Amino acid sequence: MNFERINEKLSILADAAKYDVSCSSSGSNRKNKNKGLGDASGMGICHSYTEDGRCVSLLKILLTNVCIYDCAYCVTRKSNDIKRAAFTVQEVVDLTINFYRRNYIEGLFLSSGIFKDANTTMERLVAVAKKLRLEQNFNGYIHLKSIPGATDELMKEAGLYADRLSVNLELPTVEGLKLLAPDKNRQDMINPMTFVKNEIILYQDEKRRFKKSPKFAPGGQSTQMIIGATPETDLQIIHTANDFYKDFNLKRVYYSGYIPVSQDARLPSLQSQVPMLRENRLYQADWLMRFYGFRADEILDVKKPFLELDVDPKLGWALRNLDFFPLNIQTADFHAILRIPGVGVKSAWKIVEGRKFTKLNLQHLQKMGVAVNRAQHFISFANSFIKTNLLQQHNLKDIILGTVKSKYQTHYSAQLSLF
Amino acid sequence: MITLLTYDHSLDGFFTAVFEVYEYKIEKAEIRKEALEKPALFYGLHRVITDPKKAERVFKKLKMLLGEKGIHQIIYSLLTEDEHCERPILEVIKYAIANPEKKVLSNMTNQSVLKLERYTKQVGREKHRMEAFVRFRLITDQIYFAEIEPDFNVMPIIAKHFAQRYQDQKWLIFDQKRQYGLFYNLQTVETVEMDFSDKTKDLEMLGNDEDLYQNLWRTYFDKTNIKARKNTRLHIQHVPKRYWKYLTEKQPF
Repeated sequence: MNFERINEKLSILADAAKYDVSCSSSGSNRKNKNKGLGDASGMGICHSYTEDGRCVSLLKILLTNVCIYDCAYCVTRKSNDIKRAAFTVQEVVDLTINFYRRNYIEGLFLSSGIFKDANTTMERLVAVAKKLRLEQNFNGYIHLKSIPGATDELMKEAGLYADRLSVNLELPTVEGLKLLAPDKNRQDMINPMTFVKNEIILYQDEKRRFKKSPKFAPGGQSTQMIIGATPETDLQIIHTANDFYKDFNLKRVYYSGYIPVSQDARLPSLQSQVPMLRENRLYQADWLMRFYGFRADEILDVKKPFLELDVDPKLGWALRNLDFFPLNIQTADFHAILRIPGVGVKSAWKIVEGRKFTKLNLQHLQKMGVAVNRAQHFISFANSFIKTNLLQQHNLKDIILGTVKSKYQTHYSAQLSLF
Repeated sequence: MITLLTYDHSLDGFFTAVFEVYEYKIEKAEIRKEALEKPALFYGLHRVITDPKKAERVFKKLKMLLGEKGIHQIIYSLLTEDEHCERPILEVIKYAIANPEKKVLSNMTNQSVLKLERYTKQVGREKHRMEAFVRFRLITDQIYFAEIEPDFNVMPIIAKHFAQRYQDQKWLIFDQKRQYGLFYNLQTVETVEMDFSDKTKDLEMLGNDEDLYQNLWRTYFDKTNIKARKNTRLHIQHVPKRYWKYLTEKQPF
């Protein structure tokens, strides 16, 4: 192996792949078999974190950054004057195996520029996964990018070897896509997603009946979209995400704050900031939909289509719905408790369990891990009516914000003026 | 009157001590690891001799009362090696024995139950960190070797994870703080103790391409970072500095 050359390729192709957000290595059920290498049946592991604080779980690289497309938001676009490189199938296999043996990674996340056409590219990605599984008996995690336009046959093969498949939606709306990626269309992305979804349903059904049925993408499929490159509202983004969760049983929708990579009249300027706070609020909204029982239309409505930056979406909802509160902590329903600002899923369980033993007070909640500085304004205890008079939206928001110091404070004072 | 029961740091030892608290009807008992400094004020001293039979009976009883989850929490709490970890454990055990009809572990308003939750969470987090932060390097004799210095004694609970995923390579994980390790010889995992000062040189005989792969990993770590999103605070929160010593990617090229 020519390490110098590999090192150069790795520099180029890791750098080009880093804008893909997903690094999940969980949700699969692939076990080590026949004394082989690796196991992807446990929970996901972040083996390290980059200096920007993102999880490093998989070796995330492009097979090549040669691309026939010219998408404005992408560093790898055809018209961009950058160094190009390509790994051979064997090189990716060697890197994956050697990194995995040293416990650097949970597996491989392989994507690629479209170097000739969709099928040739997809074929090459599948070849890597196949070699890892069949020749190396590698049972670690493999995430393959589904290339829009690839045939069903290829997608079927991909699903046999990969734990997760994903198609990038790229932009939250069809209009945005037309503007920035005129060579691509939404339907080409939806086709492989639909195919994969149906195959997964089939696989899960077979698994129930036959223990030994071959796996098909046991880690499910996910997608991602770029936030802030086009002028969509948060409302549009959340509804798009919600539709995709529902229609395609996606495991995750990832939001990727646009990082300026190009001087282009259609895009924010090169000097613009990465919208990290907005991205964070979108993830919070996403969590509310998936784990807290909120509907998309509860989080935002047409009159206020952007998430507030100074309060999180759950607190925002509570402040808009003060008549829902205060909740009696001793008797309120579990799903209602989940809606109290400062109460997470785990503490909600602890509350429901703990109150069977005793009448809860504020100290109990604090010990359980509830953020009482927020929660206290929205609850009442068995025998008291304290604090309920605070439920006036205007000053309540100020009171709560006065008790917390957000790490984002500098962000939103500057960013607020944008809207 | 408080009676101090000392035991030999082992799980069986602790369970034997619990047994004897009941056997001798000791009302105010304090279980403590041997060789720790004795508290200034106590009256009775009772040295527990580990007895696997007594331990087994306690284990069975607790499993019935507290379930798998309870046993898990007790073991994790002991692995903290905290000077006073036995106190809340004994409290919970007494609580459970006095109220066999209640699911005492779900009483999230009980201080000792919460303390056990907390210990379990801390040790669980450290276990997970070690599963993530172990960095093997290939040394002589085709052994993948890693050193760690975990906050808690997690070696007994990480063995299974590594045994499951690395079945076709020899590996050795050594806890430098507690001076013992786990060695997998392609058949079984065994506990090893060794005097490191002599052997370090042999062990440092790295495999052929070892340095090169370490460099590739550092390249990857550097290139996968997005400078425009730099967030040192978050980085350090996830990878506290005390772990950097053994992380390949945190060593300079």
